[in-house]
Amino acid sequence: MHVKIKVKVNGMEHVHEVEPRLLLSHFLRDTLRLTGTHIGCDTSGCGACTVHVNGKAVKSCTLLAVQADGCEVLTIEGLSTNGTLHPLQEGFHQEHGLQCGYCTPGMIMTAADLLKNSPKPTEEEIRHALEGNICRCTGYHNIVKSIQYAAERM
Amino acid sequence: MSATTSYIGKSVKRVEDKRFITGKGKYTDDIILAGMVHGAFVRSPHANAKIKKIDISKAKAMPGVIAIFTGADVAAINGVPCGWQVNFKNGDTMKEPKHPLLVADRTKHVGDPVAFIIAESREEAKDAIEMVSVDYEKLSCVTNPAEAVKPGAPLVHDDVPNNICFDWELGNPKSEVEEALSKASHVTTLDFVNQRLVPNAMEPRSYIGSYDETSDKYTLYTSTQNPHLIRLLMCAFVLGIPEHKVRVVGPDVGGGFGSKIYHYTEEALVTWCSKEIGRPIKWTSERAESFLLDAHGRDHVTKAEMGFDKDGKILALRVKTFANLGAYLSTFSTCVPTYLHGTLLQGLYTTPKINVDVTGVFTHTNAVDAYRGAGRPEATYILERLLDLSALEMNVDPTELRFKNFIPPFDGVKQPGYQTQVALQYDSGNYHGVLEKGLEILDYKNFRKQQKESAKNGKLLGVGFSTYIEACGIAPSAVVGSLGARAGLYEVGQVRVQPTGKVSVFTGSHSHGQGHETTFAQVVADKLGIPMEDVDIIHGDSDTVAFGMGTYGSRSLAVGGSAIVKSIEKIVEKGKKIAAHKLEASEQDIEFVDGKFTIKGTSKSLNFAEIALTAYVPHVYPADLEPGLDFSSFYDPKNFTYPFGCHIAVVEIDRETGKVDLKRFIAVDDVGNVINPMIVEGQIHGGVAQGMGQALLEGVEYDEDGQISNGSYMDYCMPRADDFPMFETASQVTPCPHNPLGVKGAGEAGCIGSTPAVVNAVIDALWSSGKKVKDIRMPLTPERVWKAMN
Repeated sequence: MHVKIKVKVNGMEHVHEVEPRLLLSHFLRDTLRLTGTHIGCDTSGCGACTVHVNGKAVKSCTLLAVQADGCEVLTIEGLSTNGTLHPLQEGFHQEHGLQCGYCTPGMIMTAADLLKNSPKPTEEEIRHALEGNICRCTGYHNIVKSIQYAAERM
Repeated sequence: MSATTSYIGKSVKRVEDKRFITGKGKYTDDIILAGMVHGAFVRSPHANAKIKKIDISKAKAMPGVIAIFTGADVAAINGVPCGWQVNFKNGDTMKEPKHPLLVADRTKHVGDPVAFIIAESREEAKDAIEMVSVDYEKLSCVTNPAEAVKPGAPLVHDDVPNNICFDWELGNPKSEVEEALSKASHVTTLDFVNQRLVPNAMEPRSYIGSYDETSDKYTLYTSTQNPHLIRLLMCAFVLGIPEHKVRVVGPDVGGGFGSKIYHYTEEALVTWCSKEIGRPIKWTSERAESFLLDAHGRDHVTKAEMGFDKDGKILALRVKTFANLGAYLSTFSTCVPTYLHGTLLQGLYTTPKINVDVTGVFTHTNAVDAYRGAGRPEATYILERLLDLSALEMNVDPTELRFKNFIPPFDGVKQPGYQTQVALQYDSGNYHGVLEKGLEILDYKNFRKQQKESAKNGKLLGVGFSTYIEACGIAPSAVVGSLGARAGLYEVGQVRVQPTGKVSVFTGSHSHGQGHETTFAQVVADKLGIPMEDVDIIHGDSDTVAFGMGTYGSRSLAVGGSAIVKSIEKIVEKGKKIAAHKLEASEQDIEFVDGKFTIKGTSKSLNFAEIALTAYVPHVYPADLEPGLDFSSFYDPKNFTYPFGCHIAVVEIDRETGKVDLKRFIAVDDVGNVINPMIVEGQIHGGVAQGMGQALLEGVEYDEDGQISNGSYMDYCMPRADDFPMFETASQVTPCPHNPLGVKGAGEAGCIGSTPAVVNAVIDALWSSGKKVKDIRMPLTPERVWKAMN
């Protein structure tokens, strides 16, 4: 059995028939080929698949694709506008906030949500907001600095 | 060569970032090939069980299922090999049981693969797992290496008595060490477990095997640290297919930390099966499988004793370790507890007598292999725990104890390298310098005052030190060959100058977060006097790059970078010949400075691009010179490199809960010359976080049934952003005297130095409150610390 869903992703409307058990993360990666959203675990523990659904940061492995029916989804691919990097993307580049790059899309999407709700977060607030996102490369030091870089420019 | 450097030593922002911050990175699981199907494994739920019967008939009838392979189907295929031979003390070869692609008769650890299901979709393959019926006879198992060697312990392999893979010894004779210890005025003894860790690269392992009938050629896409090594092992040792008929590609790889060095059974299976079924096959590990099967790290059970004379000089060190190798030998598992561990036990100290004895043990657990640092963290943990604990026991200052025992500074040029008691010869070092710098940043005197004052206010502060050394840039092939390596450890670097003077560099090193596309380009641009934008770094494809050895052991710049420098030297030499001919001068009169070939003392010159064009359009050209400007070099290092440093942790313990709060972390590292300080600092940060993770948070727990009881991110405590303060880093530079860049390597330093610093800080805090605790088992969870206090 397949279910028809209509989802707006990065400003573009998509209509697809999907299996009810299909996760949003797999829908984005496999159906729409938006592979910037990564999958790093099976327990919603790592945050690599974080996207925005209706403006809120969500781990896309915690939603079924059918639950996103009628929603607006923003992924890392849709974050920059007209070729201009989002301040967070610029921040991660300037402050060396990434190494292998695997957690990076999820980190940036989580941080974008944080800055939307708390434009000038303290270091403690930043670290707390990143609790659900695991990075094995950076020790988080430069990720914190990347987010501070962006906060100063937004 | 270029006289001025405009890139080397600068924190140039990374050129690889753009694709990763925009979601355009290409990891193996992002690749979809035409007609591709998906694999999933039926894995043993038991550690040690006889397979009495497998029935795949129902699974085969499931929707989408294309084929199912079991152990019987691959029985004729070799197992995956071990790349390092360690001999028994009596000269016997180590025990090397077969590690089959699929198990036919008896599973040896939880997760051992029993059947491989291939279906049209990932979901259909997984659905079919449930329908495979396996009749197991569960047997008893053993997971602790010290228990596994005892008489009567369950055997992992019937033909390996007492589960002993090898026993091994290094250093001074036991009798000499015994005698020195017997004369010591103080001996510090420490019995401890260096617990098992999961590397946890954020990208799960992923492989795609593909076979093209028309060319009889296989392609394997793999999340690996060393594509060529995988090709060689898989072709020559496992599948027996000609090497030139296999292309191995390691595209963007999401972290390795050692765990993606090894040749895994799944790589060979997807490759072999792709021909069997005539379609490309992808298998991507789930995180639960990563916990079960990515080669783990550490897992040593150790007793260590250090003896001092009455003045605090170290007289002797004795170490006995049982090293858990798991059920099968992973690619480099045997060298980790031996040649990467025993050889580092000199540390930074003048200890005159050292003996290390290691027993490599099979257990019913997942394989253990190199994990960031690989043997060196284990050695450093022994030494640095002993140093701080000895200082507490002897009531002397831990930093004074170190200064008293440090090897004096030597540069490896005017002063010779330092010959250790455990085989290695250090290249250059200034150990006093890093500790002095660390103490200055800490403001040590003030800290001790603060510690006393805090105690009055009910707070428990502690400081821990760790002054470490590591052996990197692995390694001279002849040396490692004599120690049992079944591979050379050189690196290849090809510099291809294009006709317009743009440069493509092909390196056998592999970047999976280290930023080679930036640092290598910095080196090439400076040496050729051209803009970095004119340089492209290409890696990770066995069809494009000559046979290289890949990235591990902090070797990329020291070995891979040196190979590139050798090729650049050849290019400059040939360029001078071309320039001399065109400028009608003698070759000896041509110098290459700032990207220009100039007649010395004149303004007559040709720039790099002009020479490149001439090499490819050789109309006016030396008669005896080949056209083209493209050189490849292999660099085999003369020695290991020996980075070192001083790590200091300051912790505060919550008396009510036992929770340890890392208040400060100071890292002063000397990694030789630095090409890109930003990237080196980033490597240190990441390493420190992993080392701290071992000290306070992480550890695999096997229960008595051989089950991992914390095999997910819900249960295994990964370091998170709010576990850390901002790190305080500083550097010292003692160049490596034996490679052209003077670099030593920075990838593992953070992970090697930090763990004992953090544990020492907790022990210091407890002693400052009168609790004279020798050891708390890692990870130092609130519960364990609270129990130690109460």
